[in-house]
Amino acid sequence: MMQLYDYVLSGSCYKVRLFLSVIGQDYEKVPVDYYPGGEHKTPTFLQINPLGQIPVLVDDDLILRDAQAILVYLAGRYDANRSWYPEDPRLQGEIAMWLSFASNEIMNSSAARLHDMLFYDFDIDKVRAAAHAAFRVLDDHLTDREIMGKQWIVGNHPTIADIACFPYVALSGDGGISLDDYHAVRRWISRVKQIPGFVVMPGIHHN
Amino acid sequence: MTRTTDKVALNEWQAVGTVEEIISGKRRNTRLLGQDIIVEMDGEIPRMFENNANGGIGTEHPAQALYGHIWTTLGTPVKAPLDMPEFKEDGRRLVVCGALTVRASALRIVENFLDMAHFPYVHTGILGEEPITAVNDYKIEIREPEDEVWATECSFFQPQAAASADDGQVSQYMYRVSSPFVTVLYKTCPVVEGAWDLVGIFVQPKDEAECDVHTFMLVLDETSTMSDLVHFQQEIFLQDRSILENQIPPGLPLDPMDEIAIKADGSSMLYRRWLRNKGLTFGTHRGDGSSQAA
Ligand SMILES: N[C@@H](CCC(=O)N[C@@H](CS)C(=O)NCC(=O)O)C(=O)O
Ligand SMILES: [Fe+2]
Repeated sequence: MMQLYDYVLSGSCYKVRLFLSVIGQDYEKVPVDYYPGGEHKTPTFLQINPLGQIPVLVDDDLILRDAQAILVYLAGRYDANRSWYPEDPRLQGEIAMWLSFASNEIMNSSAARLHDMLFYDFDIDKVRAAAHAAFRVLDDHLTDREIMGKQWIVGNHPTIADIACFPYVALSGDGGISLDDYHAVRRWISRVKQIPGFVVMPGIHHN
Repeated sequence: MTRTTDKVALNEWQAVGTVEEIISGKRRNTRLLGQDIIVEMDGEIPRMFENNANGGIGTEHPAQALYGHIWTTLGTPVKAPLDMPEFKEDGRRLVVCGALTVRASALRIVENFLDMAHFPYVHTGILGEEPITAVNDYKIEIREPEDEVWATECSFFQPQAAASADDGQVSQYMYRVSSPFVTVLYKTCPVVEGAWDLVGIFVQPKDEAECDVHTFMLVLDETSTMSDLVHFQQEIFLQDRSILENQIPPGLPLDPMDEIAIKADGSSMLYRRWLRNKGLTFGTHRGDGSSQAA
């Protein structure tokens, strides 16, 4: 059985939990005592991921770290319709662009949340400003897409780009970042919540 | 803000960190009731100092280690921290879940902890599930001489009452509030017939509208891993956090008229009345506009 090294409050792990639920794939959670235990920095865990980060997915002899990499793998391997990660190279390029955005710019929202909630030592004003800049880019993009009659970040239906970007946008309030100014983003959040198989995590509500 | 002048708040013992974190040589720079403080261990002995604006170490205050946490006070407590004899019982596991910051009044956090009505809506599938939403009648009292608020004979149907639960159960509950900032619940242990599991929060009010919440569980459970237990509790707690941070007004209203307005249930009404009789102002909503929590 596929295993996910998981922490219940982690938005990055939630990317994977959400996607596994949406594609209806069974898996087993291996809870990592991230806080207060700091288990992801222990020698045993570093054997699994030398970067000391969660999530990590283990499927047979494959060990994958990084939520975005995991989404690419799961979508390619377990989504029979290939709708979440279509084979079209152009769409794949666009998806990769937004996966990278999810693991870089949007992570400023994660930093703000870790600062506000779990005592991480970040420059809070700086990370909040960077998160706002990222949300502005996403909001402009989604506004353009709506003008074209499109609902999702890429293509004509939801893809792993939407899954990867969603958690730390939806959790921004935890880090004291308001989404009031990002109307297209808020509409997109409501749409993501309607995807069949959608699941919540603490801090994200059904409505 | 600067240190509060509210004597009632100052004269309580407050948890300000976990023993495990601070014993490992990590000093904790934190805040209590508006006062910046430093918490550290001198060998086995916990110590707390004021942290002055200029970075210098100021007055030392009493500190003690208890229930896996460091407790301290900026005033002259009239009452010792609560007595929990269960900590001496064999076979129990203490799970220190770590501190989590919440931008809300400590009193709101304690009141939410006492409230069963939100289980099916906020902790869906764990502590409650629609359509079973009614809170059954229960008893409330002030216990003397301890001066504690108790709610007993509470019960609620729970799909997953504890990390150790395989099935739904009707959990029996007792709630206990021993200080404005400290509350513990006793609930039916899914593993050992007739036994109670304890779950408690020691709320460290940093400012009127920001707290670190120290959570523990003291459970009879030999099978769950520490991670299972911590995740279980943190998931529940974080489901509350975003709701607590958006309550209006941020301070807890103690005016009797407000109780009618919000249809407060028994335990919350008694808790508010008890706070009012103590004359506590820190973290309350004051209609005159002086509420610093707003
Ligand atoms: N690029 C990774 C980052 C994941 C990540 O930041 N995970 C956090 C938990 S939410 C973590 O493990 N942080 C520990 C660290 O970075 O040291 C991914 O997207 O999976
Ligand atoms: Fe709750």
